[in-house]
Amino acid sequence: MTPEEKIWKLLEEVTDPEIPVLSILDLGVLRKVQVQEDGKVVVTITPTYSGCPAMNTIATDIKIKLLSEGYKDVKVDLQLSPAWTTDWLTPEGKQKLEDYGIAPPVEPNGDIHALFGRDTVVRCPLCKSENTKLISQFSSTSCKAHYQCLDCLEPFDYFKCLK
Amino acid sequence: MDLQNKPTQGVQEYSPELRALLLDYTLQLADTSLILGHRLSEWCGHGPILEQDLAMANIALDLIGETRSLFQYAAELEGKGHTEDDLAYLRDAVEYKNPLLVEQPNGDFADTVLRQFLFDGFHFQLLQQLQNTSDKGLAGIAAKSFKEASYHLKWSSEWVIRLGDGTPESKSRIQKAIDNLWMYSGELFMMTDTEKQLAQQGILPDYAGLKEQWDAHVAKVFAEATLEVPQNVFMQKGGKTGRHSEHLGYILTELQYLQRSYPGLEW
Repeated sequence: MTPEEKIWKLLEEVTDPEIPVLSILDLGVLRKVQVQEDGKVVVTITPTYSGCPAMNTIATDIKIKLLSEGYKDVKVDLQLSPAWTTDWLTPEGKQKLEDYGIAPPVEPNGDIHALFGRDTVVRCPLCKSENTKLISQFSSTSCKAHYQCLDCLEPFDYFKCLK
Repeated sequence: MDLQNKPTQGVQEYSPELRALLLDYTLQLADTSLILGHRLSEWCGHGPILEQDLAMANIALDLIGETRSLFQYAAELEGKGHTEDDLAYLRDAVEYKNPLLVEQPNGDFADTVLRQFLFDGFHFQLLQQLQNTSDKGLAGIAAKSFKEASYHLKWSSEWVIRLGDGTPESKSRIQKAIDNLWMYSGELFMMTDTEKQLAQQGILPDYAGLKEQWDAHVAKVFAEATLEVPQNVFMQKGGKTGRHSEHLGYILTELQYLQRSYPGLEW
C-alpha cells in the first residue's frame, strides 16, 4: 500500500456528521490525498452544497483522525471546482442511505433545470412503494428534499439529485 | 490547528486594473447574496408553515455559502490579508454594492416570494453564463452555486403561480408585492462601469441577453399565475453604486453589531 492509499483507508472511518452512516468516501467528498516529501499530508475535500455546515466538522474530524494515527502535519484544503455532484456517491453509499431511511438520489426523468419538468419518481425507503409525493424541495439539510409515501404514509427525506 | 478551511481558488495573472475591476465585481456579487441571505434568514422561526420556514432557511444557507466563497475569493484578489469576515463585517453601507431589490424588507410572504422570484431568475441566468467565464475563480463558484440556484428558482416560481392562481386574498397579496417591488427589478440588468468593462474583456456576459431570458421566464410564470407583467414602470437604481435605501443601514447594524462592539471576536 502506498502512503496515500493507507490514508484513504484510514479516512473511511470519517463520516458525515449529519448522515453518520456515510463515510466521506461514500459521499465523494474526499477528492485527493497527497503526502509530501517532508511528511506533510494534504487532504482535499469538496463541499456538497456551498453553505454545508458539515464541512468544518468533516475537516476537523480528518485532522483528528490523522493526528491520532501519528501524522504530525495535516492540512485540509477545500476545493470548489469541479463542483460536487450526486454522481460521486458510491453505489454502496446509495445502499447505505436507503437502509438508513433516506431515499437515495435517482436520475431525473427530464432536465432538472427545466422549471416545469416532470417530478422524479422517488421510491419510499421503508415500504419501497413508488407512490410517493414531494412535500417540499427543502428539508432537514441542504442536500435533502421532503417526501411522503402515499402507501405507508410515512414522511421521509430524499437525497436530492445534484448535477 | 487552523480550522478555517478556505477554498484556494488561485488568482490568475491580471493587470492591476483588471484585478481591481474583478475585486469590485466579486464584492458586488458577495454583497448581493449576503444581504438577500440575511433577509431570508429573518424568516427563520417565523415562516407561515414549517416546510416553507425550512425552505427559506435552506435558500438563505445556500446564499450565505455562496457569499463566503465570494468573499474569500475577493480577499485573495485584494491581497491585503483581509478575511471574509473583515469584508462582511467592517464595510459601511456606501461600500456595499448590492442592488436595491435584495435589501427590501420581507413584508408579507408574498413580498418575500416575489423578491426572491425576481432575483432568482437573474441569479440563475447569470450563474449559468458565469460558469464558463475565463476567470477560473468566478467560474468555480458559479458552477457550484448554479446547481443550487436552479432549486431556488423552481421554489419561487411555483409560489408565484400558487399565490397568483390561488384565492382572491393570495392573488391580491402577490399583486401588491408586484406593485411594490417591480420597480427594483430593472437595476439587476443595468450594467455599472465595472460590469461594462468586464464585459468588454469577455469576463462577463452582456446583460441584454440575460434580460431576454429573464423576460421570457417571468412572462411564462406570470401567465401561469394569471398575473399581468407590468409595463413602463420607472426603474429605481443606486444600490450597485453604493446609494442605498434606508433599509440597508438597519440590516448592517444588526449584521455587524458583534464585530463593531467586540472587534476581532471569533467563534
